[in-house]
Amino acid sequence: MVYFLIFISAIFVNNIVLSQFLGICPFLGVSKKIDTAMGMSAAVIFVLTLATVVTYLLQMVLVAWGLEFLQTILFILIIAALVQMIEIILKKISPSLYQALGVFLPLITTNCCILGVAILVANGTEKLPMGAEHGMLTGTLFAFATALGFGLALILFAGIREQLALAKVPEAMKGTPIALLTAGLLAMAFMGFSGVV
Amino acid sequence: MNNGMKVLTNGILKENPTFVLVLGMCPTLATTTSAINGMSMGLATMFVLVCSNVVISLLKNLIPDKVRIPAFIVVIATFVTMVQLLMQAYLPAIYDVLGLFIPLIVVNCIVLGRAEAFAAKNNVGLSALDGIGMGLGFTLALTLLGAVRELLGTGACFGFRLFPDNYGALVFVLAPGAFIALAYLMVIINKIQNK
Amino acid sequence: MEKLQSSFKNMALSLTIIAMVAAAALAGVYMLTLENINAQKRAKQEAAKLAVLNGQEGVAVETSVDGFGGTIRVMVGFDAEGNILGYEILEHQETPGLGSHMVHWFKNADKPGQNIIGRKAGGLQVSKDGGDVDAITAATITSRAFLKAVNQAYAEQFGAEAHTGASQLNKVEEGVVEEGVVEEVTDDTNPEAELEAELLQDAQEMEQIMEMEVDHE
Repeated sequence: MVYFLIFISAIFVNNIVLSQFLGICPFLGVSKKIDTAMGMSAAVIFVLTLATVVTYLLQMVLVAWGLEFLQTILFILIIAALVQMIEIILKKISPSLYQALGVFLPLITTNCCILGVAILVANGTEKLPMGAEHGMLTGTLFAFATALGFGLALILFAGIREQLALAKVPEAMKGTPIALLTAGLLAMAFMGFSGVV
Repeated sequence: MNNGMKVLTNGILKENPTFVLVLGMCPTLATTTSAINGMSMGLATMFVLVCSNVVISLLKNLIPDKVRIPAFIVVIATFVTMVQLLMQAYLPAIYDVLGLFIPLIVVNCIVLGRAEAFAAKNNVGLSALDGIGMGLGFTLALTLLGAVRELLGTGACFGFRLFPDNYGALVFVLAPGAFIALAYLMVIINKIQNK
Repeated sequence: MEKLQSSFKNMALSLTIIAMVAAAALAGVYMLTLENINAQKRAKQEAAKLAVLNGQEGVAVETSVDGFGGTIRVMVGFDAEGNILGYEILEHQETPGLGSHMVHWFKNADKPGQNIIGRKAGGLQVSKDGGDVDAITAATITSRAFLKAVNQAYAEQFGAEAHTGASQLNKVEEGVVEEGVVEEVTDDTNPEAELEAELLQDAQEMEQIMEMEVDHE
């Protein structure tokens, strides 16, 4: 039961983009069309879950050797390496998807969402619903659910933006401002989930 | 020196990382719950930006092209960790407030972006100035956004109470307010620039 | 100086040297700041202890509960009768501007309806639940959680003799209250400490039995 709650909590109540403010750059940059949004979401789901598992294990080693201060440096290097690997694998397995994602894949490295969640889970400080114990399984589920939440926010936003492109927007608001405003309203909507878990 | 001034003011006005380049959005929205918080985040980022720009500019000929991204990341991450440790030791209150976003400076698109676009191609002096300019631009933007959110949300600014708490629109301190406040700030700046 | 070519040797060498210098520099800064960081943590704990006791003699108890947005860690100061001397919120994730007001709401001397300083802890409830403490406007859940924490701290310190666990080992002698004693008490039971307490009891019983046997001889 608590595992189900972890999903509800990470996807809706504490949505990573709309309430935790991680992953805003790709959120604003990749959400202009629904297909790119879906591609980016898929990439994030894969990278985030994998990265969290690897960094969690690494953290155990760091703590054992008293090297916690190397956390930031090592985590980001591992994430960068993982993304490189995924790029190579994708190129081989699905060249069309590789083309669609284009420049966004290497951009995932600088997606604060990935490093942020990795650090939270490794330090045991991620927001879990009451009754959930911090550990490797819950951490991994949390990462997976968080990525799903990211995808949800991204796809919702892309859908809205596609409509927005056809609407009449004042000159000074075109582009980023109207996108931010929409994101704000979306964030407000998601605030309605608070207290559910 | 003229060139230097141009580089310096570039980051503050013409290519302001927040309002023009729209980079580094995550800390911008997350840490601007008050003017002081926004300013602290901006200054921490500026420190990393200047240091990494300088070091990368010094090393630019010693880093083979193919490994430049990992090399830049190592340099940037080193300075970020230094900021982390120094803040934890000497500024614990601010460290607690900024929390997760201090290590996240390492993935702040501004830092890696300037390293790649500027420091890797210019001399140390100009790189340092670019770091300061961009850093100042970022800090000013964050402080402004933080001040607006603090004022509208709680009636205070930099901790000084200007009107009673009850009249504040709480939403500005919360998530949606960040988006909305930044959106309107951008609109205002757009209008000013287009005039 | 010409830029280094991207030969394998150059790449590997360059990266390795940069990494080593970086690690060395970091280790240096870490050593430099380690003492300060530890001192900060200790100072925080000390400051909280002093704050909750408000300059009077008593006991400071730390406890944690699940709040609205996450765990709330509170430190409460009690005098010998169980009256509240003061409290400090050590850690919380409540909504800023709403639940976060608990940091000062319940010690507002100008508002006796919500001020819990001086009251006897143990049965404090918000008015909505039939009690006499005014909850934070629009933050009832946080208020409930906070009072639960205070009551819990009181129970761990003064009531519930049946409670086993780490607190038993540090229990203050009846009638004597040490100044500024801090006990770590958490919401969930500690099976290891319980086991320790049990083993200790067993060992003591064994001693008594052996002593009795000796006496018989």
